[in-house]
Amino acid sequence: MMDRLDYPAIGETLYETVLPNGLTVLVSPKPEYAKSYAFFATRYGGAMRRFSLEGRKIDTPAGVAHFLEHKMFDMPEGNALALLSQNGASPNAYTAGGITAYHFESTQGFYENLDILLRFVSTPYFTAESVDKEQGIIGQEIRMTEDNPYFALYYALMRALYDHHPVRDSVAGTVESIAEISPEILYSCHKVFYVPSNMVLCVAGDVDPEAVASAAGRILPSERSAVPEPDYGAPEALTPASARVKLAMDVSAPQFLIGGKVPSPGGGTEMLRQTLICELALRCLVGRSSPFYTGLYAEGLLRADFGYGEDFSCGTAFFELGGESADPGRVLERFSAEVRRVSENGLEREVFERARRADYGLTLRSLGNFQGLCRSLADGAMSGYRFLDVFELSRSLSADDCAEYIRENFAPERLALAAVMPRGPKG
Amino acid sequence: MEYRREELLPGVWLTALCTDKFKTGTLTLSLLSQLDGQTASMHALIPHVLRRGTVSLPDMESLDARLDGLYGSRVEASVRRVGEVQVTGFAASFPEDRLLPEKMGLLGRISSLLGELLLRPNTRGGLLLPDYVNGERDKLVERIRAQKNDKDSYAVQRLIQLMCECEPISVGTLGSEESAEGIHYTKLTRRWRELTATAPIELFYCGSEEFAAVSDALAEALTGLPRGEIDTDIGTDVRMNSLEESAREFTDYMDVTQGKLAMGWRLGDSMLEPDVPALMVFNAVFGGSVTSKLFMNVRERLQLCYYASSGLDWQKGLLIVSSGVAFDKLGAARDEILAQLGAIKEGKVTEDELVAARRAVRHRLSTMADDPFSLENHYLSVNIAGSDASPGELAAACEDVTLEDVVEIARNTECDAIYYLRAGEDAENDGQA
Repeated sequence: MMDRLDYPAIGETLYETVLPNGLTVLVSPKPEYAKSYAFFATRYGGAMRRFSLEGRKIDTPAGVAHFLEHKMFDMPEGNALALLSQNGASPNAYTAGGITAYHFESTQGFYENLDILLRFVSTPYFTAESVDKEQGIIGQEIRMTEDNPYFALYYALMRALYDHHPVRDSVAGTVESIAEISPEILYSCHKVFYVPSNMVLCVAGDVDPEAVASAAGRILPSERSAVPEPDYGAPEALTPASARVKLAMDVSAPQFLIGGKVPSPGGGTEMLRQTLICELALRCLVGRSSPFYTGLYAEGLLRADFGYGEDFSCGTAFFELGGESADPGRVLERFSAEVRRVSENGLEREVFERARRADYGLTLRSLGNFQGLCRSLADGAMSGYRFLDVFELSRSLSADDCAEYIRENFAPERLALAAVMPRGPKG
Repeated sequence: MEYRREELLPGVWLTALCTDKFKTGTLTLSLLSQLDGQTASMHALIPHVLRRGTVSLPDMESLDARLDGLYGSRVEASVRRVGEVQVTGFAASFPEDRLLPEKMGLLGRISSLLGELLLRPNTRGGLLLPDYVNGERDKLVERIRAQKNDKDSYAVQRLIQLMCECEPISVGTLGSEESAEGIHYTKLTRRWRELTATAPIELFYCGSEEFAAVSDALAEALTGLPRGEIDTDIGTDVRMNSLEESAREFTDYMDVTQGKLAMGWRLGDSMLEPDVPALMVFNAVFGGSVTSKLFMNVRERLQLCYYASSGLDWQKGLLIVSSGVAFDKLGAARDEILAQLGAIKEGKVTEDELVAARRAVRHRLSTMADDPFSLENHYLSVNIAGSDASPGELAAACEDVTLEDVVEIARNTECDAIYYLRAGEDAENDGQA
C-alpha cells in the first residue's frame, strides 16, 4: 500500500512508497487532466565519472551517462521511442550532471506505455555495431553544441567557478572521451546505476497510484542492490577558480553569466531550506521588481531575457544570473553594489515579504507543469527531502535569514563573470 | 468546464470557462484589428509601452512590485496573429484565492489592473511618455531583427511574405523594421486612442469564479472605455488559388550551415466551407505528426532531411511545409515532398496511417484542455471565425473524418510557392528565383 500525504493548503495529495527492491515511487494525482506523465530516473549523471561500489573504486570516460541514455532506447524487439510514439505517447529523455531521466506524456494507453518505459530502461541491449554508430551521432551532437553560444557560456562559467569538480565538464563528454566507450562499459555502468534502489519513478495524472506501484514491482528486478557512491574529488573552496572568462563567438550582442558557489548541505530538508533561501535572496536582489533589474532595464543594459537561478546538485551548489547586455562589466558592478547595500543595511521587510509571496505563487503555479513537478519531486526523493514541504518552509523564513545569506555568500570576491562577446569582423 | 460567452459592452465580448481544475486563474484582454502594414508595428508596440507604467503604478518597479505582492501574479504584453487579424493586448495569470494563506480577491485586483493598463497609462500632457515609447520601440526593432536568428521560422516567414506578397498576411505579426523604426510617441498616442475606441475586444477568463463575478469585475475595470464606431469589418482575405500556373520559386542566401526549404499551398475549394477536423486529420497524415508521410518517408526512410513537417493556417487557407535539408539535397527533398502529397491525392493512405493521424489530432486537442493558455488561444481563434466549438467537440468530430475527406483536401491544394535558404552572400539576388 502506498502512503498518502495531504497538503490541503495548496490542494495537493501525494502517494509515496519504497518498494522492497528499493525503488521510490511517487504519484501526484491530477483529476480531470487528459494527459498523464511518467518520469523514470536514475541518480546517475555526467558528473559521476568516478564512483565506488562496495569499497571498489571505478573510473569511467566522460560522457558514459549521456551515451547510455541514447542507447537505452534500443531493445531486442526494436526502438522504444518508436514503440511509444506508435502507442500515442510523446517520449523523451535527458541527462544532467546528477540525473538521467526517461519520460513520456500520453492521453491514452497510459499503463501500456508505462510498461514499455519500465521495460526499456531496465533492459540493457548494446552491440559493438550500434555503439560504433552512436559514437558518430553523439560526436556530431557534441560538435554542434560546441558552436552554441549559450552552451559555451554556461561551461565557461562552470570552469570559472570550479577548479576540479566534474560539473566543469560537458555532460556529453568529448569526441575523444566517447571514443573509449564500449558495450562492456555501458553494460557495467547500467548494472551499477540502473538498479531500483538508485532510481525514482514519478507519475502525475489521473491515474491509480497502486497500479503504478504494482507495474514497477512486476517489471523491475525484485532484488535490492547496493547503491554506488559518486566521488567528486576533494571539496572545492567557495571562491571561484578564476574571476573572469571571456570568449568570442558569432553572437549579435554580448551574453553574460554572473555566478558564485554557495555551501551545499548535501541533502535532507536543510537542503530544500537553503535552496529556498538562495532563491529568495536572488529574487530580492535581482527579481523583476528589484531596483537592480528595473534600473538596468530602463538604461538599456538588461533585457527581458534576463534570468537567474540556483542549482543544488552533485554535492555542490551555485547560483547564476545572466542574459544579454551591452556591458556585462557594468552589470557586475551594479550587482556588487546591491549586495554591498544589503550587507550594510539589511533587507527591507516589505521587499522580502513581496519576494516570499511571489515565490509562493509561482511555485504553486509550477505544480500544473507535470514535467517540472515530477523532476522536483524526484530531485527531492534523491536528496532526502519532500519537495512539497517548500510551502510550509517558506513561512518559517525571515528577512534577516535572507540578508545574512546574501552577506555571507554574494560578496564580490566570491563572484565570477563569464561573457561571450561578438566576434569582430574577420575574426 | 462550463463555457459561457456574452457581450459585456458594445464590441466587448467575455468568454469564460468555469473550472476548479487549475491552481491559477487566467485572464486575457485582446484588441482585434486588421493586420495592415501602416499600423502593424504600432499595434505590436502599444501593449509593451502601456506595460511600462500606469497613473497609480508609474514605472516597472512599482508595477512589478505590486504583482509580486499579489503572490507572483503575472501580466504580460501579448501580440499575435489569427489569420489576418492582429491580436494585441495583455495576458494575466494569478493563483486561485482558495490556495493562498490569505484571501486576496485576486480576480478583482487583476481585472482592475488590466483596465488601468489599457485606459490610464502613465502619460504627460495626455501623451505617452517618449522615454517609454523610444525604449520599447528599440526593443521591438531588435525583436524584428532577431527573427532572422531562428532560421527555421525565418524561412517560413519569408515564404509567406513572398507567396502572399500583396496580401495583408505578408506584413508579419510585428510589422517591418522600417515602420517600427519610424514610430514617434505623438503618433503612437493617437493610434492607442483610436484602437481603444474602435477595436473589438475579446476578454477570456478561465478559473473557479462564477461568470457573474467575472463579468462584474471586468465591467467595472473597463468603466470609461471609449466606444466609438466599432470596426466590425476586420477579417481574413482568403485567396483560394495559386497566383500562377506553376509554383513560383524563391531563394535567399545567408550564412547558414544547413539549407532550409519551405513550401506553400493554397487550400483551394476546401476553404469554401472549411471542415476544421478534416483539415487537421489531413495535416497529420501529410506532415503534422511523427507517423506522417513526411516524417516516415522524407526523413526516416529516405533520410533526405533533418526534419520535415507541415502546418495549416486554416483561417487564411494555407498549407505550409518546413524542412531542414543539406544543400545538395534541396531539390530531391522538394520532389519527394510533392510526391508524398501526390500519393495522398491518389488515395494511397493506409488504414494505420489514418488511425494514427486521428489519434495524433485527438491527443493534441485533448491536452489543450489541460492548459488555460491553450484553451484561450483555441477559443480566440474559433470565436473570431464565428464558432464556439470546444477542443473536445473537434476531437470527437475527428472520428468521422474519412479517407475520402483527406483525399479531397489533398486534391484541392495548389502549390503556390517554394522557398530555399542557401549558404552564400549573394545579396543582390535576395528573394529572387
